[in-house]
Amino acid sequence: MDILWGQGRPLTAREVGKLIADRDLAPTTVMTVLDRLTRKGFLTRTRDGRAWRYQPVRSRDAYVAELMLEALDLTGDRTAALTRFAQAVSDDEAAVLRRALMELEEE
Amino acid sequence: MIAAVALTLLSIGCVVAAWRLPSARWTSRAPRTAILLWQSIGLTWGLATTGALLAYALQPYGQGVIYGLHSHLSSVLTLGLDPESTFTYDLSRTIALVAGLALLAVLIGVLLAALWQTLRARHRHRRLLALVAREDPHVPGVRILDHPGATAYCVPGLRSEVVVSAGALRLLSRDELAAVLAHEDAHVRERHDLVLLPFAALRRAIPWSRIVRDAQSSVALLVEMAADDRARRHCSPRRLATALLRFGAAGSMPAPQGALGAVGHVMARVNRLIAPAAELPRPFRYGVVALSALLTASAPLLWAMPH
Repeated sequence: MDILWGQGRPLTAREVGKLIADRDLAPTTVMTVLDRLTRKGFLTRTRDGRAWRYQPVRSRDAYVAELMLEALDLTGDRTAALTRFAQAVSDDEAAVLRRALMELEEE
Repeated sequence: MIAAVALTLLSIGCVVAAWRLPSARWTSRAPRTAILLWQSIGLTWGLATTGALLAYALQPYGQGVIYGLHSHLSSVLTLGLDPESTFTYDLSRTIALVAGLALLAVLIGVLLAALWQTLRARHRHRRLLALVAREDPHVPGVRILDHPGATAYCVPGLRSEVVVSAGALRLLSRDELAAVLAHEDAHVRERHDLVLLPFAALRRAIPWSRIVRDAQSSVALLVEMAADDRARRHCSPRRLATALLRFGAAGSMPAPQGALGAVGHVMARVNRLIAPAAELPRPFRYGVVALSALLTASAPLLWAMPH
C-alpha cells in the first residue's frame, strides 16, 4: 500500500514487485497481496493489456482521518467498539480543563 | 399469582434503583463494586419484566414460567386437543404472553445486534490500522497513528491493540504516556468493553429514556475509574491526572453529540486521582456485593417458582 500511495499513479504487479527491491518476494506473492487488497475494497484495478493496474481507492490520510473520527467518538455510532482514554470535549470545557491543569502544575 | 406480583415488584425496584444510583456518591469510592451492582440491576430488570408478563400469562398452568412455557408450547403443538389441557384462551393473558415473549426477543435481539455491529466495526478498524499505523521502537507494543489530534485508545478483543496518535505523543511527557498506557492496559485486561456492551446496546435501542442514558453514562464513568485505579498501581496518579487534563485541554475537536458533561467526568476522575477519598468500609462493600448476588439470583428463582 505504501508503494502505491507513494507513487501516486496506477501500478502493475510487476512494477510494485520491482519497487519492493530489498525483499526477495516472488511475483505471485505480490499479485496475491494486491488481489486480496482489491477484494477487501482498498484497491481498484483496471485492465492494461494483459496486466492489471492497481490504484488505492482512498488516500492514506483519508483512512487515518476515518480512524481518528472513530477514536474520538465523532461518528455518532455508539457501539462502544473502542475504549478511549479521554472523551472529546467542547471548547468551553477545554478552557476549564486548561485552568485545572495550570493549577495542578503550579502546586 | 405470587411469582407475577414479585417479579413486577422486582422490575419496578430495578427501575427505581437505576434512577437513583447515578446520583449515589459512594460509587466513585468503589467503582468495581458499583459496576457489579449495575450489571445485576440490568440483568434482573430484563428477566423480571419479561418474567412478570409471562408469569401472569401462564398462571392457569400453575407451574411457573419455565415449565408453564413448556406446557403451553406442547398444548399449542397438540392444537389444544389434549383433554388434560386446562388453558383457556383469555384476551389479557394472551396479550401478556405475546408482550412477554416479544420483549424477551427484542432484548436478546438488541444485544446480539450490538455485539455483531461492534465486532464488525472493530474488524474494519483493525484492517485500517494494519494499513496505515506504524510502530515506534521507543514505545513498543503500541500502534501509532500519524495525526496531529490527540487520542489514545484500545481496540479490545482477543488480540487487543493499543493505539496512540502522533499528536498525543507530542502532548505527553514520558511518565504521562506510561500512565496512559497503564490505563489502556487495565481496560484490556478487565475486558471493560464487555461490561459496556449491554448498556450501550440498550441506550441505542431506547435513546429517549433518561434512565437508560444516565445508567450508560454512569457505567462508562465507573469503568474509567476502575481502569484509573488499576493504572495507579503501576504509575503516578498525578501523572495520570495531568495526562487526562492535557488531553481535554488540547481538544480542539468539536464535541460529539450527547457527550456533554464529559468535562464533569474528567474532573471527577482527576479529583479522585489527586485526592483519593477513603475506601468504602468493608461491611458496606460486602453488603453491596451480597445484594448484587441476591438480585441476580432472584429473577431466575422466580421464573422457576411454581405459582
